[in-house]
Amino acid sequence: MEQFFQQLTNGLAVGAIYALIALGYTMVYGVLKLINFAHGDLFTIGAYLGLTLLTSLALTEHIGPVWGVSVLAVMVMGLVALIGALLDRLAYRPLRESPRLSAVVSALGASIFFQNTVMLIYGARFQVYPQNILPKTAINIFGLYVPLIRILILLASIVMMGALYFFIQKTKVGTAIRAAAIDQGAARLMGIDVNRVILMVFLLGPAMGGVAGLMVGLYYGQINFTMGWVYGLKAFTAAILGGIGNIPGAMVGGILLGVIEAMGAAYLSIAWKDAIAFCVLILILIFRPTGLLGERVAEKV
Amino acid sequence: MQKKYNGKINPRNAVYTAVAVVLAMLPAFLNPYWVDVLNSIGIYAILALSLNIIVGHAGLFNLGHAAFYAIGAYTAAIINTRFGVPVLWLLPLCALTAGLFALIVARPIIHLRGDYLCIVTIGVGEIVRIALINNVFGMTGGANGIFGIDRPSVFGYTVRSPYQFFYLIWAFAGLTIFLFHLLEYSRFGRALNYLREDEVAAEGSGINTAHYKLACFVVGAAWAGMVGNIYAAKMTIISPESYSFWESVLMFTIVILGGSGSIPGVLLGAFLIIGLPEIFREFANARMLIFGAAMVVMMIFRTQGILPSRPRSYKLSKLRAGEGSP
Amino acid sequence: MSLLSIKRLTKSFGGLTAVNNVSFDVEPGQIVGLIGPNGAGKTTVFNLITGIYRPDQGEILFDQQAVSRLPTHRTISLGIARTFQTIRLFQNLSVLENVLSGRHCLMKSGVFSSLLHTPRQRREERAALVKVLQYLEFVGLSDQAEQLAKNLSYGNQRLLEIARALATEPRLLILDEPAGGMNEQETSSLVALITRMRENGITILLIEHDMSLVMRVCENIVVLEYGSKIAEGSPEEIKQNRRVIEAYLGTEDEE
Repeated sequence: MEQFFQQLTNGLAVGAIYALIALGYTMVYGVLKLINFAHGDLFTIGAYLGLTLLTSLALTEHIGPVWGVSVLAVMVMGLVALIGALLDRLAYRPLRESPRLSAVVSALGASIFFQNTVMLIYGARFQVYPQNILPKTAINIFGLYVPLIRILILLASIVMMGALYFFIQKTKVGTAIRAAAIDQGAARLMGIDVNRVILMVFLLGPAMGGVAGLMVGLYYGQINFTMGWVYGLKAFTAAILGGIGNIPGAMVGGILLGVIEAMGAAYLSIAWKDAIAFCVLILILIFRPTGLLGERVAEKV
Repeated sequence: MQKKYNGKINPRNAVYTAVAVVLAMLPAFLNPYWVDVLNSIGIYAILALSLNIIVGHAGLFNLGHAAFYAIGAYTAAIINTRFGVPVLWLLPLCALTAGLFALIVARPIIHLRGDYLCIVTIGVGEIVRIALINNVFGMTGGANGIFGIDRPSVFGYTVRSPYQFFYLIWAFAGLTIFLFHLLEYSRFGRALNYLREDEVAAEGSGINTAHYKLACFVVGAAWAGMVGNIYAAKMTIISPESYSFWESVLMFTIVILGGSGSIPGVLLGAFLIIGLPEIFREFANARMLIFGAAMVVMMIFRTQGILPSRPRSYKLSKLRAGEGSP
Repeated sequence: MSLLSIKRLTKSFGGLTAVNNVSFDVEPGQIVGLIGPNGAGKTTVFNLITGIYRPDQGEILFDQQAVSRLPTHRTISLGIARTFQTIRLFQNLSVLENVLSGRHCLMKSGVFSSLLHTPRQRREERAALVKVLQYLEFVGLSDQAEQLAKNLSYGNQRLLEIARALATEPRLLILDEPAGGMNEQETSSLVALITRMRENGITILLIEHDMSLVMRVCENIVVLEYGSKIAEGSPEEIKQNRRVIEAYLGTEDEE
């Protein structure tokens, strides 16, 4: 029971991180029908920027751990969002009218570029996050102790996803994003500036992905320049699991995948942990490509 | 074939011959290190040519090609170390196991649309690598891999030095180029192009698109399996890290940058991507960064790669002469 | 005996019934027109015949054989060929190779003979090329054999689609708006081409908006409206049919 509960909370925390990254994939796919392969690397960049800012600014020492990390998170979100927008401007926007697979290759190229840039700047070794940032306490929940950081990650993710959901559903810009996702041509005819929508998506998605990188750094304590593509692939699996293009779907899919993976690692085999997500990905694409919450779309001949 | 009779030298064949002659003489002027670089280029060139069948000709994105390469290498390593069968005799078996594996995994996923297929092949590649690390069936030796693979022997003559491997690898590369060129000019090669251009129209013209999607995966995989065999024999030790996602990315990059669908393009790609970082050692660390950026730039300005594939030409004048009687 | 027999065919997409209980026959050697206002379900009928869609109900018999469950390439090799309403050529391949794609289902070379260029494979290739040149000659494109398909004029692209379809040696040829985008002169040579194809023993089923063309070449006309058949008969009968006139005038009012 103890193990189950620990794995469940661990799975929820990791799942929340997957969900945050998955949002970026799903929003971009919704509007552009493009798998942004470089998204995982934006997550990596988030983790590394977080580390640099954390050690250079020492915010947590000046204004306390919770405020310090919050301010840090906002900074990381802003910076990664900027890189995301730049990515779209340079690598994807010139290819809007090209065959879809050209954009896929461009995305792969961008991913390789980012990954190796990080490697050249920070080196190929694992980088270690300072260990004393957040208090290492555990919270008592019904007699079971859960590390504080898990709860913080879960809470922060829920708040951010809630805010994003509210933004997409209730604001004018959010409505424009949803409209462009359904039919770009019609949205344009209705006076929606689709390029602005795309820019918005490339600001929001990377912001979420970047902050997820910071969370992973704080949670596991070490980061590597290649981690983005494994996390990216898993988050993409989460997006597919929930139904790609579907924002609540990405959230549900992320949490679900995190829990499945944690349980699989605990009760099946830890050595095959990374293979679990890929098996889920393949099975879902074979048997239910529209995902759990996705709608069936007929392709017109 | 007909071109022998017209007395003129085909410029393409002339270039091929010249390159082959220069290449064949190169080892005489190079130290073992550089010959080994050429060997690497040869291995990647064949791998990329096999991937080119899938990516370049059929337009199906495969980012898990290293898995097929691995299956071939492990087949050779396991059978050779356990049963002592000479490595090169295992070439057909390596082709068979890799091809069969491709058939089994590709069958359920082959109908997926371009970018989804791409993602799934990444997944397949990773599952294979993880399986190898976990010593699947107790035969793959886990993370350490398999060592003690025999050197190959050709006509009773053991291939050992980089110089000897050079001729083995490039002879296989030459055979590959020749056969794949013939394949390009055939019903099979054309069917893959129809598939790439417009799947619905291909099916509507009577082409069994599902069959050809599978077939190109099997052919590409079988070839990669044979390269796996040669690689295992060259290294005498193999381990899962040689078949990581980055190997697949490297092969894919060679095809896309060199010129997808174009044999000269892919060969050039292999020389650039494997060879250049050796020449400019100071950039070796930055090579993937440069190639990544090059892929983006290439898609924007020159989608078809450095040496794009050229339309096939047919000798129509000859056929037209005898046109009267249908 | 009918060459093509369509029996109570129904197909819906979501809540929309695109084809509703449609039946008609095509006799060997006939030229049959399938007409009706936009969105009447004509192209859907074509996609059902060629196996791109599966019918919800009903049957399609081609030469006594049920074809509606077969994959598209199988129906093609049985002897049904089609062109597309929105031109679907292999744009980056040559005119010659576009037509060669039609020969594919009549050729046999597999992977191994393709890799090795066996003598049989070479004979087959040469024979296929000779045939392709004949089809290009037939539609009048032989001087453009080595052009890329995308460089042809619109009208010639339509002719190329026909040549590609003919190369499969069909018994039934289905033409989806063959005169779409053609000028008057191109249209009249198309009419001549259709007549010549029929003289070669090919049965033709066509969708066309150009009424004068339909009335000129078709012996039998089937009229669809909102997915249902509202009339069938000779051009004379159709011209006088009240429901057909209403259907057409009705849509013209709306436009």
